[in-house]
Amino acid sequence: MTVLLEARGIGKRFGGVQALHDVSLTIRRGEIYGLIGPNGAGKTTFFNVLTGLYPRDGGEVMFDGEPLKLGSPHEVTRAGIARTFQNIRLFANMTALENVMVGRHARTKVGVGGAVFRFSSARAEEAAIHRRAEELLHYVGIADHANDLARHLAYGDQRRLEIARALATEPKLLALDEPAAGMNATETAALKTLVEGIRADGVTVLLIEHDVKLVMGLCDRVAVLDYGEKIAEDVPAQVRNNPQVIEAYLGGSLEH
Amino acid sequence: MDIFLQQIFNGLTLGSIYALVALGYTMVYGIMGLINFAHGEVVMIGALVALAVMAPLAGSGLPGPLVVLIGLAAAVLVCMALGATIERIAYRPLRNAPRLAPLITAIGVSIVLQQLAMLIWGRRYHSVPRLLPDAPHEIFGATITEVQILIMVVAALTMAGLMLLVNRTKMGRAMRATAESPAIAALMGVDANRIIMLTFVIGSGLGALAGVLVAANYGIAHYHMGFLLGLKAFTAAVLGGIGNLPGAMVGGLLLGVIEALGAGYIGDLTGGVLGSNYQDVFAFFVLIVVLIFRPSGLMGEKVAERA
Repeated sequence: MTVLLEARGIGKRFGGVQALHDVSLTIRRGEIYGLIGPNGAGKTTFFNVLTGLYPRDGGEVMFDGEPLKLGSPHEVTRAGIARTFQNIRLFANMTALENVMVGRHARTKVGVGGAVFRFSSARAEEAAIHRRAEELLHYVGIADHANDLARHLAYGDQRRLEIARALATEPKLLALDEPAAGMNATETAALKTLVEGIRADGVTVLLIEHDVKLVMGLCDRVAVLDYGEKIAEDVPAQVRNNPQVIEAYLGGSLEH
Repeated sequence: MDIFLQQIFNGLTLGSIYALVALGYTMVYGIMGLINFAHGEVVMIGALVALAVMAPLAGSGLPGPLVVLIGLAAAVLVCMALGATIERIAYRPLRNAPRLAPLITAIGVSIVLQQLAMLIWGRRYHSVPRLLPDAPHEIFGATITEVQILIMVVAALTMAGLMLLVNRTKMGRAMRATAESPAIAALMGVDANRIIMLTFVIGSGLGALAGVLVAANYGIAHYHMGFLLGLKAFTAAVLGGIGNLPGAMVGGLLLGVIEALGAGYIGDLTGGVLGSNYQDVFAFFVLIVVLIFRPSGLMGEKVAERA
């Protein structure tokens, strides 16, 4: 297995708080990689640094053989990293289909002139965007809601829509920030199937999750963050028995 | 009855113009939460540029509508460039500043443009040559001129085109996405700077069209015509729900009709104490009432949430 993403010595400080301290990890092509840790461990901060939403204070990231220009969300997306958000951030007043169509923006190129004057190339591209967006809605299982406004979708469907929009950017790495948060058992099971399907279709997945059972059942390897530091990185069976990890979770067992 | 219908016609003509200008306010507000008080002056520049181009051509033997078209093209181009320039030098450096800073800058830009126009075109009222067919037609006892019909049709077609652009094209999607969440839109590869500049360019183009229509309808143009027109169009945008495109159109038409009816009946209602020169009062009365009872406007929703 080749390496898709290698983060080395990532640091992030908010005022006096060292949110991330020298975090290094390696994600291999085609795996589902889990990132867990207690609340406030720095999971989402790491995510935000990795996807260019926050500038980092140190370290570097190699992605797909190239140094990743962090700090510019647009370039991170173009390089092939897409993400979803813990608190869903859709374009609430646009339809499900339109949300996914916006996701195609990073991969299409017709400009203003084309949009205004409807050149044939622009029409062809628009049709292709439309078609691809419909396919993706179908793929995540919400094709029936294509023309509903995003804010009118059920909670679980909003999560699926966010995944479809992320997939529209043709990512090599799909980063999911707590996708199962707020989902019931049935929805979580369906999500697991979806994520497995996405991996089977060749997209590497980085998963931040609170639901330890889901992470252990889904991920090939898991890293554990605690107080901004990585305390473990291994296959789930090993991580589960790591004393440091058990300690981090307040001595609690990971067998939920 | 014929006064009523007459004032409806006049109101719809005026309202079409308000609507075009209101779109400029509402588009910019929708995408960056800024009330661009300089927009009225862009409309004025549009009218005066068109006049400067049309006046020498008027006696040249070219057909009137063609001359107007040439003047309109010049006005739209100049105003689009002006809109882009204003955005670039006045507002972009303040993108992340407290909201009061760009607002005050907008007022500053407005003063600069007005003074600039005064230096170029002087203080006097310019009469605009009558180049469009303005034969009156009688409908149910009220008269409507061909210019009035033209204004309504042009405004309606332009607004329909804008709605298509915003709702049916990739660029429009990028605009709406940026309006809702600039950070997420950027994550999807939307270049926010370009989209914001385009919004100014389109709004200014609509403003230029409105300026030319105003000048054609009233036959006069002057350097401070943008102030009151801009303020009323802003009222129309607030009435419809600022940030909402159909709201700006409805608000514009409604305000035009309210104003025209007010002007038509105020003499009768007050026993002749107040004349039709009080027509401006109605627009601002409407603004006050809307701000008190429905600050989010007729079609607006959750405006306050977008900070």
